[in-house]
Amino acid sequence: MNWYGCWTFFTRETRRFLNVNMQTIVAPALTAVLYLVVFRYAMGDRQVPGLDVDYFSFLIPGLVMMAMLQNAFANTSSSVIVGKIMNVQTMLLMAPLSAVEIIIAFLAAAVARALIVAVVLLAILMPFTGLPIEHLWMILFYGVSGSIIMGGLGIIGGMWAKTFDDMALINNFIIMPLTFLSGVFYSVKQLPEFWQQVNHWNPFFYLIDGFRHGFLGVGDTNPFAAITIVLIAVLLTVIACWRLWDMGWRLKD
Amino acid sequence: MALEVQGLTKTYKNGKHALQGVDLSVPEGSFFALLGPNGAGKSTLINILADTVIPTSGSAQFLGKSLFENRIWCKRRLGVVPQEVAFDPFFAPMDILKINSGMFGVKPDLKWINELLERLELAEHAHKNARQLSGGMRRRLLVAQALVHKPKVVILDEPTAGVDVELRKRLWNFMRELNANGTTILLTTHYLEEAEELCDQVAIIDQGKLLTSQPMKKLLGSVGSSSLVLEYAQMINLSDEQQSKLAPFSPCVHQNAVHLCLKKDSDGNSNFNDVYQTAIACLGEAVSVSIQDEDLEDVFLRLTHNGAIS
Repeated sequence: MNWYGCWTFFTRETRRFLNVNMQTIVAPALTAVLYLVVFRYAMGDRQVPGLDVDYFSFLIPGLVMMAMLQNAFANTSSSVIVGKIMNVQTMLLMAPLSAVEIIIAFLAAAVARALIVAVVLLAILMPFTGLPIEHLWMILFYGVSGSIIMGGLGIIGGMWAKTFDDMALINNFIIMPLTFLSGVFYSVKQLPEFWQQVNHWNPFFYLIDGFRHGFLGVGDTNPFAAITIVLIAVLLTVIACWRLWDMGWRLKD
Repeated sequence: MALEVQGLTKTYKNGKHALQGVDLSVPEGSFFALLGPNGAGKSTLINILADTVIPTSGSAQFLGKSLFENRIWCKRRLGVVPQEVAFDPFFAPMDILKINSGMFGVKPDLKWINELLERLELAEHAHKNARQLSGGMRRRLLVAQALVHKPKVVILDEPTAGVDVELRKRLWNFMRELNANGTTILLTTHYLEEAEELCDQVAIIDQGKLLTSQPMKKLLGSVGSSSLVLEYAQMINLSDEQQSKLAPFSPCVHQNAVHLCLKKDSDGNSNFNDVYQTAIACLGEAVSVSIQDEDLEDVFLRLTHNGAIS
């Protein structure tokens, strides 16, 4: 294993987003604050039906998780697509790094960005609410797993895309709907029966619900059953990334 | 051998046969020129070696190991300057070189990095963002990136395109030094006089096939024979009869001049007299007579236009 090379590539990927922290950290933080301000005034002190929590406390973990997922995805996907379009990917392909090392570095950087965004958001939002932290391990498990899955999908999306337009397509038509419809803004119990069933096939639903469960101690689903599903999703994503990168899918002629 | 390629073929998805069974041997320590017209397959060959293009079939030995089976080992010892300019828009040259070195598993050697920046005349731009560099600077940065991990074999695909004459000379001097210190260098270039001056080995490929591969001197000596040039006062049009009489000397007419091939027999005797007498008998006295040595460019044009030679 070329661990030093893997570490260097990881630092490159993290420095890349830290260099442009205005768009990668400050902007997502601002977006989340705007959401909260708007919902705070729109919803007042209303409770979430079916759960014994106020809507504001319900919303924060969901928004934090959504920001984590979107940033993890953005980090890997933009790196791969920019690399492709600017031709720098050749440098990565020519370096003595195996697919495993490259995927590890990519995903670790995606998780790092997601965690930084989460910490910044929570630091801003926590003082305004009485949001508890019931199970820290759950927050970390779901947060990190979700970032790995999204980071992995970002790699695959970046490999698939040929242009920035393709990338926008994936972002707007797959990633945004999935994260929005997975229970960030509402409890799944508020949905009609049919859509509740559909959501049980949606890995993002488990991620967001489990993450929130870590804060509130209550959720829509059994967080322990969800662990299995999430682990399987993590495994499948990582294996898919590794195989596709190893093949040079849409990277090498 | 630094590199031995056998039966390498590449057919792209669009059906283009870029390489059609290329065999190539690059001796260790050589300064090797890989020449060919645009679209000959040079870059495809280099990109396969660099692992950015997947070959259709064939094998390659790199420093004695199978290239396709020991990619990581080989990549640590190989530096490639790709033809297309690529730069990392997020970093400055200094950082790019440190990152590149690290990715090759080598702790950045600041002394070497500074030397590279100095020799490639990038020192004063070392801390500017790569976006601010000119095209020529970006290309030099690519050269520095390829050298930062001190590879045993360096492949340069058109490294001097868009680099001005003076700078090109200094770049080549640097390459010469590296070569003198034992680095094998394989390059493609459009400046044939540069290849002739620098390289001790040369291979020419065209339409995905190797036409010739031999020491530069031998190619220029044997194939690159000299020719006799006779100039006349008026334009020349060879009649069929003249054509057939001169045929043994492969006549070539340029306006008012006739070029005839001179050959040496195994004892080193030239057929000058024979050629000259026949020409005078056929065409009459010439206004001027001279002998032209064929240079690499003539050989190149003759080979790539006539197709394969023995």
